Amino acid sequence: MLGYILRRVAIMIPTLFVISIMTFIIIQLPPGDFLTSYAASLRAQGEVIDEDEMEVMRERYGLNQPIYVQYAKWIWGIMTRGDWGQSMSLQVPVKDLIWQRMALSMVLSVVSLIVGWFIAIPLGVYSATHQYSLVDYIVTFISFMGIGTPSFLLGLVVMYVAMNYMGLTVGGLFSSQYIMAPWSWDKVIDLAKHIWIPIAILAFNGTAGGLRTTRANLLDELNKPYVETARSKGLKEGRVIWKYPVRVALNPFFSTVGWELANLIGGATLLSIVLNLQTEGPMLLNALTAQDMYLAGSFLFLLSAITVVGTLVSDILLAWVDPRIRMT
Amino acid sequence: MTNQPKIPVDEEAKIEEKIAVATPATMMWWKFRKHKAAVISTVFLVFMYLLAIFCEFVSPSVPDATSARYMSAPPSTIRLVDVEGKWHAPFVYLTEMSRDPVTRRAIYTENTEVRYPIKLFSTGPAYKFWGLWETDIHLFGLGVADEEQRVMLLGADRVGRDMLTMTVYGARISLSIGLIGVALSLGMGIVIGGISGFYGGAIDNFIQRVIEFIRSIPHIPLWMALSAALPLEWPVLKVYFAISMILSLTGWTSMARTVRGRFLAMREEDFILSARLTGSSEGRIILVHMVPSFLSYIIAILTLAVPYMILSETSLSFIGLGLRAPAVSWGVLLAEAQNVRSIALTPWVFWPAVAVISTVLAFNFLGDGLRDAADPYAR
Repeated sequence: MLGYILRRVAIMIPTLFVISIMTFIIIQLPPGDFLTSYAASLRAQGEVIDEDEMEVMRERYGLNQPIYVQYAKWIWGIMTRGDWGQSMSLQVPVKDLIWQRMALSMVLSVVSLIVGWFIAIPLGVYSATHQYSLVDYIVTFISFMGIGTPSFLLGLVVMYVAMNYMGLTVGGLFSSQYIMAPWSWDKVIDLAKHIWIPIAILAFNGTAGGLRTTRANLLDELNKPYVETARSKGLKEGRVIWKYPVRVALNPFFSTVGWELANLIGGATLLSIVLNLQTEGPMLLNALTAQDMYLAGSFLFLLSAITVVGTLVSDILLAWVDPRIRMT
Repeated sequence: MTNQPKIPVDEEAKIEEKIAVATPATMMWWKFRKHKAAVISTVFLVFMYLLAIFCEFVSPSVPDATSARYMSAPPSTIRLVDVEGKWHAPFVYLTEMSRDPVTRRAIYTENTEVRYPIKLFSTGPAYKFWGLWETDIHLFGLGVADEEQRVMLLGADRVGRDMLTMTVYGARISLSIGLIGVALSLGMGIVIGGISGFYGGAIDNFIQRVIEFIRSIPHIPLWMALSAALPLEWPVLKVYFAISMILSLTGWTSMARTVRGRFLAMREEDFILSARLTGSSEGRIILVHMVPSFLSYIIAILTLAVPYMILSETSLSFIGLGLRAPAVSWGVLLAEAQNVRSIALTPWVFWPAVAVISTVLAFNFLGDGLRDAADPYAR
C-alpha cells in the first residue's frame, strides 16, 4: 500500500508541473497584457497615458521578457519562496489574496460533497430496494431536477424566493462588519449563518448525481447471485443489502471523488459569482477579465491541483475500500 | 367463460412470435415507447427545435425592437370577455403607461375603451426569414404598429424588448450550440477513442494519460480562462464557433473514453475475430462491424452530452465570458436579468431560465430512454 501511494505521488509531481505550464500558457492567450487592458480602461475614463510610465511598469512586472522567462521566474518564486507573484490590478502579493478564498472554496466544496453523499446514499439505496414505488419516482424526479438545474440558476431561484417571500437579501459569506475583520469565534458563527445556503444549493446538485449512481449500481448488484445466496442463508434483509451490494455499489463514489470535486469546484465558482461569495469565483472572474495574469494563473493552477490531489485521494480510497483492486 | 384463460396464452404466443422476428430497431422502438417521460420529452424537444428553426416567424416581434413605451412591461393579459361581459375572440386592451409620481417607476394600466383582437398570420415588424427573403408576416400579432400596441405573452425586459421573442430567438443559438459542440466532441472522441481502443499498448496508454490530464482540470475555470481570451471585437458568429470549440475541447474526453471502452470489449468478440479471419481490413472491421454495434449506445451518450453543452454555454454567457449582446442566447438574456431588482420587480425576465431547465430536463429524460432502448436485450 505504501509503495502504491508513493508511486502515485511520484506520478502526481510531473502532472502538476505540466498543469502549471498549461495554466501559464492559457492566461497568456489573450492578445496584449495587463498593461494594455489597463491602459484601455484608463483611456476609456479619459485619462492621458504616459508612455514612459507604461514602459517602467512593463519593466517592473517583467512583461517585456519572453514567456518562458516569465514562467521560470514565476514557478521558481513559488517553489523557493512561496511567492506567487504580484497581483497587478490590486497591487498586493497574490499569496495574500488567494489562501483565504481558496480555503473558503474548499470548505464550501468539501462540505457540499459530504452533505450530498449523506443524503444520496440512503435515499439511493431506498429507491433501488423499492424500485417503482412512489418514493422511487419522487426521488428519481428530484434527481433529474438536480441534474437539469445548474447551481447558478438554483442560486437565482433561491435569491428570488428569499427576496420575494422572506424579504431577505441572500449573498456574501459574511455580514458586512465581519468581511474585513480578523478571524474570531463570532466570525466563524457568522460564516456558518451564511454558508449553509450555497452548501444546500451545491449539495442538491451533488445529491442528484449521487442518487442516480447509487440507484443504478445497486439495481445491477441486487440481481447478482451472491445476494440470493446471502438471503437464502437466512441473513436479515437489512444486513443482506447493506453489508454486500451497497458496499460494491458505492465504489464509483470513491473512484470518481476527484472528478466530482472538479465539478463541484466549477459549480461553486459560478454560484459564488452569482451570490457574490468571498470565495475564489468572483476574484478569478475579475482577474481573468483584467488580464491580471499571476492572480488568475495562481487560482487556475490551485484549482487544478486540488482536483489532481482529489483524484489521488480517490484512488487510494478505492484501493482501500475495494480489496479486489490491487496496487498495480 | 371457460375458454377465457386460453386467450392470453394465445396472445402470449403471438407476442413471443412477434418478438422472435422483430428486428433490433423494432425492439428498441418498443422499449423506448415504454419510457413515457422520454416520449413526452421527445415531443417537447421537437417543439423547441421547431421554434428555434422558425424563430423569426413564430415570435411576434424582432429582437432589436427596443421601446421606451414598454420598458419592463408585465405580460399582456389575453382576454376572452370584455368589461361588459361580452365574449370575443382572444384580444388585449390598449396598454397605457404612466409614471408613479414618487418613484418614477412605470405603471401599466389597461384602457378598456380600445380592444385589439389577436390575429393569426398578422403583419408585424419586418424581418428577413432565415436571412433570405424579407417579410412581415408573423404567426400571431395584433396587426397594428409596434408603438401603438403589442401583445407580449411573457412581458418585456428592461429596454422594452418582447421576452417571448427574445426567448425564442435565444433558443436558436442555445439549442444549436449544444448540437455543434456535441458533433465536434463526437468527431474527436470517435477518432481518438477508436485509435486508443483499437491499437492498445503504448498509444492507448499515452492517450489515456492525456485524457486524465484534461479531465483533472476543472472545466468551468478552464472554460472561463479560455473564453476570456477571446478578443472582444470578434463578430458574434466567430465567438459562437469559438465557444463551441472550447466546450468540445473537454467534451471529447468522455466520448473517447466511452468509445474506447466499447472497442476494448468488442475486440474480444467472436464476430470480430471471424471478420478478421476472413480477411477484412482494419478499416472495414471498424466501420462495418464495430461502429453499427455500438452506434445506438453512442447516440444515447450523445443525447446526454447535449444538455451539458447547453448548460455550459448558458453558464459562460451568464457570467459574461461567453456570447455577448447583440447575440441573443438564453445565457445572454439571463445575464441581463441578473440583479436583485429584476428578481423582485420583473420576474418574467427569467423565462429563459425556465426554457433552459425544461430543455435540459427533456434531454436528460430522452437520453435515459435511449440508453435503456439501446440495449433491447437486457432484462
